[in-house]
Amino acid sequence: MDELSRILIQALGQLIAPATAAYALAAIGLNLHFGYTGLLNIGQAGFMLMGAYGFAIATIEGAPFWLAFLIAAAAGALLAFVLGIPTLKLRGDYLAIVTISAAEIIRFAGRSTLWAEYTGGASGLAGTAYKGTFQDLSPLPDGRTAIGPLEYIHNGSDSWWTRIFAWGVVLIAVLLVWLITRSPWGRVLKGIREDEDAVRALGKNVFSYKMQALVLGGIAGSLAGMLFVLPISVAPDNMGRTLTFFVWTVMLLGGAATLFGPVLGSMLFFFVYMLLRTGMRAGLSDVMPAQNVEHLAGLMVGVALMCIVIFRPQGILGNKKELAFDVR
Amino acid sequence: MTADRQIASAARRILAVVVAVLAGLTASAAMLAAPAAASTTDVATDCTPDGTTACVSPIVLDENNEPLPGVDVTISGQGFEEVVTSTDGPVSVAVPEVGSYTLTLDPATVPDGMQPNAAERQVTAQLGSTARGAFSITAGSAPAETGSTTEPSETADGEGASTDDEAEASGIGADGSTENVSGWPAFSQVWQQFGSGIRFGLLLALASVGLSLIYGTTGISTFSHGEQVTLGALLGFVSINWWGLPVWAAVLVTIIVCAATGWFQDVVLWGPLRRRGTPVMQLMIVTIGLSMALQYAIQMVIGGRSQRVLSSNARPVEIAGVTLSAASWLSMLVALVVIGVIAWFLTRTRIGRATRAVSDNPALAAATGINPDRIVRIVWTVSTGLAGLSGMLLAISFGSFTWTLGMILLLLMFAAVTLGGMGTAFGALAGSIVIGLVVEMSTLIPGMPSSLRYASGLLILILVLLFRPQGLLGRAVRVG
Repeated sequence: MDELSRILIQALGQLIAPATAAYALAAIGLNLHFGYTGLLNIGQAGFMLMGAYGFAIATIEGAPFWLAFLIAAAAGALLAFVLGIPTLKLRGDYLAIVTISAAEIIRFAGRSTLWAEYTGGASGLAGTAYKGTFQDLSPLPDGRTAIGPLEYIHNGSDSWWTRIFAWGVVLIAVLLVWLITRSPWGRVLKGIREDEDAVRALGKNVFSYKMQALVLGGIAGSLAGMLFVLPISVAPDNMGRTLTFFVWTVMLLGGAATLFGPVLGSMLFFFVYMLLRTGMRAGLSDVMPAQNVEHLAGLMVGVALMCIVIFRPQGILGNKKELAFDVR
Repeated sequence: MTADRQIASAARRILAVVVAVLAGLTASAAMLAAPAAASTTDVATDCTPDGTTACVSPIVLDENNEPLPGVDVTISGQGFEEVVTSTDGPVSVAVPEVGSYTLTLDPATVPDGMQPNAAERQVTAQLGSTARGAFSITAGSAPAETGSTTEPSETADGEGASTDDEAEASGIGADGSTENVSGWPAFSQVWQQFGSGIRFGLLLALASVGLSLIYGTTGISTFSHGEQVTLGALLGFVSINWWGLPVWAAVLVTIIVCAATGWFQDVVLWGPLRRRGTPVMQLMIVTIGLSMALQYAIQMVIGGRSQRVLSSNARPVEIAGVTLSAASWLSMLVALVVIGVIAWFLTRTRIGRATRAVSDNPALAAATGINPDRIVRIVWTVSTGLAGLSGMLLAISFGSFTWTLGMILLLLMFAAVTLGGMGTAFGALAGSIVIGLVVEMSTLIPGMPSSLRYASGLLILILVLLFRPQGLLGRAVRVG
């Protein structure tokens, strides 16, 4: 019984964890790419890594928090721009190939010895080096508060302040996405997703619209990367291909092309994922080592992603008609 | 009526997926049960860092800086979690991956009346070193934080100690000396790297030809092809080291099992989805899921370490001024023969010509009496078989591999296929040779770290897309 409540509380904690918020924001960006515009970005982790490095390095070099925040956003925008120029005029899968490659290359570059002076090489950047300006912003008094079974310190890495800030950013992003996708601009994006040529025939500059969507989603991704590293440290190997794939699972689970899909998907995904892992660790401890339980959980995520796409491509909240588009 | 049938077929598909997963799990479990292998996944409480092992060590000290036994610390991160109990001596744990880990002190195990100075520590594990996170536990108020440290270990041995795991996985093997020297290289070095480049290109071509064929016949850029390559390396490792097969038999087993996975995937997954008319966009996401599932399944079998396929030391052989291991030369020979066979198959046999016809225009091919469904099944089978062979030969040539092998290769395969022209088998061959040469020769540039040589692949990819999106051998069509 004790064991059970411990597992449940751990899973409940995931609902509001900063990492869950980071995934939600990354999925919001991806949703802008894939759900609304039909762009296949399989390198969201690359955008996140750019944001994480942008924020951390700027802070270490002495930038105040909001400047570092802007630099993180600019890093994502820059990457989107560079990747968009050669690919957005081509068929959809070229963007997929270029983004997945770019994400890996950024990770290699981050962990290589060439720029280790700034990026810390393979060991990355310790959290204490860049968390100061963020934690100083906290208006909360020191102490601890428990809400229900969840108890965290007010200030610090794994704190209420980190949670409030992260979910605040997510909330603002949801609001912005709501505003822009119900505008004429958002309708053009959906038009591009459904039939690019028809939109072109209406005299719209499809390339420019796609680029704007890619840049906006990239900014969301890079800010998500910043949120991701705020409670921990910048470790390039933490932000590889698996991260991208998890973000995809989160987005498709909640529902692509929906407003709350990414947020719901992220909360649900990490609740179940934690429940699954801790449950299996407790249940299978005699059968296999803890490490294999993690791998088994990852394997199940992969299978779950396949099943979602095969049986319910619109996810929980989505509309199947909106997900019937194809690469061209 | 149709609804009933749909439900029935949906149920069948669910069943198929479940069966596929179970089969995968049973296979992994069976492999785990094999002798001498389980030790790699065990968590020992004494870990010696070396070129392929990263250790994390929690240190619990009392006020006199003496070790405090009996305190539980949870090490978690990178999808790994382990609880260790401090003892009078040092305790360290081998972690599966480099990266950051969180050490969390269990306050329930701290002696009464004593206070830890922190509840958790962040450490970063690196190959060849022990990452230590210290907690000090004192009576009363908490002292100043001491933080965590990473110290290089003296026991780190030569190979791979300073290189990262990816570089080791595909590159720094027993033969190729890819260390940089200052200043521009001599001709002999350039020639040597040229030889390595041809080797890499040929082995890469085996995998990318399959990728290109799949793209040509189905329109899918399959992201799981990288894992199919790793699967080949894994099967080579398992069949030689665990089952004790001779190398030639291991090659056959690898090809057959890998081809069987492709055939099986087409039967339970791609075939039914094709008949349902699922958009290619969704199929590509399915390959992402498959890639993730395979990647974790592979990790379950071999863990996070790099594995040697051939346990004997490589025997260097010099041919035409290029020194590569004997195994590498043999691998190149095998690759050449197989590529020759593929070329013959595609141009001279009925099925091969039908494959190219389907690739060219599926509707027209179907109209001439070709069954595209059958062709696609053959393509999946052949492509995954070739990917497996490529993975095994790469692992043999480079000496060792890790589960990340395919991840890196996927990127280079895409670059090669795009360069050659997507969907053209011979373009993929040409593109692979170019990519192989560029990747190996880029290490000659002074000051270029070997881990960044794969970046040249991306550079080529972007340049090709900017200036010749249809690739070297592709046909110019208006795209967008």
